[in-house]
Amino acid sequence: MILTRIALGVGLLFVVSLVIFWATELLPGDLATQLLGQSATPETVAALRAQLGLNDPAPVRYWAWLTGALTGDFGVSLANNRPIADLIGARLGNTVFLALYAAALSVPIALTLGILSALWRNSIFDRMANAGALGAISLPEFFIAYILVLWLAQTGFFPSMVRINPTTTFGDRLYMTFLPALTLTLVVTAHMMRMTRAAIINLMASPYIEMARLKGLSPLRIVLRHALPNALAPIINVVALNLAYLITGVVVVEVVFVYPGLGQLMVDAVSNRDIAVVQAIALIFAAAYIGLNLIADVLSTITNPRLMHRR
Amino acid sequence: MTREVLLRIEGLRIEGRSGDTWSEIVKGVDLTLHKGEVLGLIGESGAGKSTVGLAAMGFARDGCKITGGSIMFDGIDLRRATEAQRRALRGKRIAYVAQSAAASFNPAHRLIEQYAEAPVIHGVMARDKAEKDAVDLYRKMQLPDPEGIGFRYPHQVSGGQLQRAMTAMAMACRPDLIIFDEPTTALDVTTQIEVLAAIRDIVRQFDTAAIYITHDLAVVAQAADRIKVLLRGEEVEEAPTRQMLDAPREEYTKSLWAVRSFARPVQPPATAAPVLSVRGVTAAYGKTVVLEDVSFDIHAGRTVAVVGESGSGKSTTARVITGLLPPTSGEIVFDGAALPPALKARTRNQLRQVQMIYQMADTALNPKQRLRELIGRPAQMYLGLHGRALDARVRDLLHLIELDPDTYIDRLPGELSGGQKQRIGIARALAAEPRVIICDEVTSALDQIVQEGILQLLTRLQDEFGLAYMFITHDIATVRAIADEVVVMQRGRVVDAGHKTEIFTPPHQPYTELLLSSVPEMDPDWLTRLLDSRA
Repeated sequence: MILTRIALGVGLLFVVSLVIFWATELLPGDLATQLLGQSATPETVAALRAQLGLNDPAPVRYWAWLTGALTGDFGVSLANNRPIADLIGARLGNTVFLALYAAALSVPIALTLGILSALWRNSIFDRMANAGALGAISLPEFFIAYILVLWLAQTGFFPSMVRINPTTTFGDRLYMTFLPALTLTLVVTAHMMRMTRAAIINLMASPYIEMARLKGLSPLRIVLRHALPNALAPIINVVALNLAYLITGVVVVEVVFVYPGLGQLMVDAVSNRDIAVVQAIALIFAAAYIGLNLIADVLSTITNPRLMHRR
Repeated sequence: MTREVLLRIEGLRIEGRSGDTWSEIVKGVDLTLHKGEVLGLIGESGAGKSTVGLAAMGFARDGCKITGGSIMFDGIDLRRATEAQRRALRGKRIAYVAQSAAASFNPAHRLIEQYAEAPVIHGVMARDKAEKDAVDLYRKMQLPDPEGIGFRYPHQVSGGQLQRAMTAMAMACRPDLIIFDEPTTALDVTTQIEVLAAIRDIVRQFDTAAIYITHDLAVVAQAADRIKVLLRGEEVEEAPTRQMLDAPREEYTKSLWAVRSFARPVQPPATAAPVLSVRGVTAAYGKTVVLEDVSFDIHAGRTVAVVGESGSGKSTTARVITGLLPPTSGEIVFDGAALPPALKARTRNQLRQVQMIYQMADTALNPKQRLRELIGRPAQMYLGLHGRALDARVRDLLHLIELDPDTYIDRLPGELSGGQKQRIGIARALAAEPRVIICDEVTSALDQIVQEGILQLLTRLQDEFGLAYMFITHDIATVRAIADEVVVMQRGRVVDAGHKTEIFTPPHQPYTELLLSSVPEMDPDWLTRLLDSRA
C-alpha cells in the first residue's frame, strides 16, 4: 500500500513536470529574439536557436530537460548564462534551512497549544490561545514582519536584515534568521494548532475515551495516550501542508528580511523572463509539495494499526 | 446470610440537558448492594439504567449532572470526594464493562496494553506482572490463544471475544464492584451465551459484586441475585430474582414479562408465483466469497424472515437484491423477469419496486431534511408527483404510519423519537409504492413496546397493500411473531429454509437447533441447564 502511494507520487511529479514544460511552451515570443533584443540580425537569431536546441521538436527538448533535471542539471540561466544548478543550490539550502527552522519552532508550539487547549477546552487558556493564533493568521505576513522588526530589531535584539554566506556558522545563522523564522511561525501555527485541538476534541466523545475516564486515568494521560494517537492522521496532513507552504510560499518574508531564498530568485526570474530558471524552481516547489504530502500519507498509514495490521 | 453493604445509593437525582433545558432523568433512586452480590438493573431505554450505573462510580456523562442524593461506596462518599479521590477508585475498586467493546477499546493500542494500563497507573502491579496476569484472565475467560490474543489490536478480534477481553480488563485490579452496561446486547445469541457464562463464572470466582444493566429480562435472570426494575428514572419494584420472575407485583413489570403479545395469524402457503426470487446467488467482496448459492422466494403479502448471526450474509443478500452488490453468479428474478445485476443498469421502475428500511433510522434519515422532503422525494422521483398532489400524498403517507400530518409534516428527524423515526423510514419506503420491502433489522434498536408498534404497523400495511417483506433479523421472537417463511443463513449459505411452523417444530437442523436453543428463557436455571446439556 505504501509502495503504491510512493509510485503514485512519482507519477504525479512526472505529470506536473509535463504541465510545467507545456505551460512555458505556450508563452508567446521567441526566446532567441528576446535574448538578443529587437536589433539582432536573423542570422544571429538562427545561430542562437540552433545553439539552444530550440529547433528540436518539443518532446525531444522535454526529454533533454527532464533527464537533465533528474541529474541535477537544469541547464543555464537565460539571463546571465550561469548554470541554474549553481544559482539554485545555495538558495535552496537557505530556503530549506529557514523552513526547517520555522517548523522546529512552530510544530512543537502548535501541537502543545492544540493539546492543552483541547485539554482545557472553553477555559481562559483555550480562548486566549485561539484568539492569539487567529489574530496572528489574520494579519498579513509583511505586517507581522514589520512589527517584529519594529519591536525586536529596532531595539537591537536581532538583525533586521539577514546577511549570510556559506562561511556563516550555524549559531550565527540561527541568530540572524530568527526574525524571519518567527514571522513564519506566527503565520503557520494557528492552522496546525486549531486542527490539533479540533481533531482531539472530535474524539473526546468516543466510547473508548469514556472507558479511559472510567479506568481512572488523568485527563492529560487520556488526551495524550488515548485521543492523540487516533487524531494523528489529520494533524500530520495539516503539518505537511504547512511545511510545504514554508518552502514555497515565503517570498514576502524573504523580501522583507532580504533573505537569499528561492522565492526571491523565482520573482527575479519571472521579471527577467528567465524561463529556464522559472521551470526549475517550479519543479522543485512541486516536488516539495508532492514529497511532503507523500510523507504525510505514509506516516498516517504507519500510525494507524487498522491499516498496518490487517486481520 | 447478609454480608456487609458495599454500595448504598439513596435518593439519587440526576439531571440531563437537552438543548438549553435541564430535566430530571433519575428521580430519587435508592440502591443497596452487598459484597459479592449481583444486582440486575432492567428497564427500557430512557429508564436511566446506565446513568444510575455510572453514578455508582461517581461519574456523570457530559450533559448530565448529579443533583441530589448520596452515593456511599465502602464508607466513601462519592459525591463529596474530590475528583482525584474518585479517579483513584475508578478502574481499581469499581470497574466498568461497556455495551460495545468494539467501540470501547482504543483502536490505537493492543489489548494487553489497555489491560495493563489500570493496574500500572493505580500502582496495583508492575507492567510485566500485569501482562502475565492478563494471560491468566484471558484463559479464565476462555479466550482462544490466551498467550497471543493480547498482542492483537481490537479490530483483529471478534465482537464476542472483545467483550470477554473487556471483562478481563475490568477484572485487572480485582475490583470490589463491576458495572456491566448491556454487555451482551450487541452480540449474537450464540455468542451471548458464551459471554454470559464467562461473566457469571468470573464474578463468582472472584466474589465480585456487580450491577448488571440490561433491557433483556431473560439475560439478567441468568446472572443476578436480585432484580430492580426502572421506568423513566424511577424504581418500579425490586425483588430477589426468583421471586421477581414468579410473582411480579407491578403492572409494568408484568408487561415486560409478556414478551411479545403480538403475533400475526399464520397465513396459508402462498399459491401465486413469487414476486421476487433469489436464484443461486454467489457474491464476493473482492476475493472473499460472502454468499454461496443462495436461493429463496418472496411472495406477495407474505414475509420471509432471514435469520442468522452477524457475518452470515443476511445484509449482503439484501445488497445483492437491491443491486448494490452485483453477484458473481446467479440472478434476481422480479415478476418472472431477471433484474439487471447492477444498480446502474436498472430502470427507475425496477428500482421503485424494491425498497429498503434500515436498522438505524437515526443515520438513515438526512437530519437536515424535513419530513415533507424525506417522504416526498421518492414520490416525486418515482411517481412524478408535484405541488398539491405531492403534498396530499405525503399527508396520506403520514396518516398511514399513524402520525398526524399537521403536527409532523414540517419537522426534522431530530425532533422525533426513535420509534417515530423508524415510522418515517417505513413511510419513505412506501412512498415509492413498491411491491417488495427489505427490512434490515428494523426493530433491533428499539424498545420492546415500541418494537411491537412497528411490527403491528408493518403487518397492517402488508395486509392492506399486499406487500412482500424480506425481514432480516437475529431476533427469534420477532420471527415467531411475523414470519411466514424462514430462511436460516450461516457463513454465506442457506442452511435451513421452510414454512415457519416446519422450522420451529422439532426435529431441527443442527444449526437451527443451536440458534433456537441459544435464545435466553425466562428461567434463572436456563443457562446452567443449557451449558450442562451441551457439555
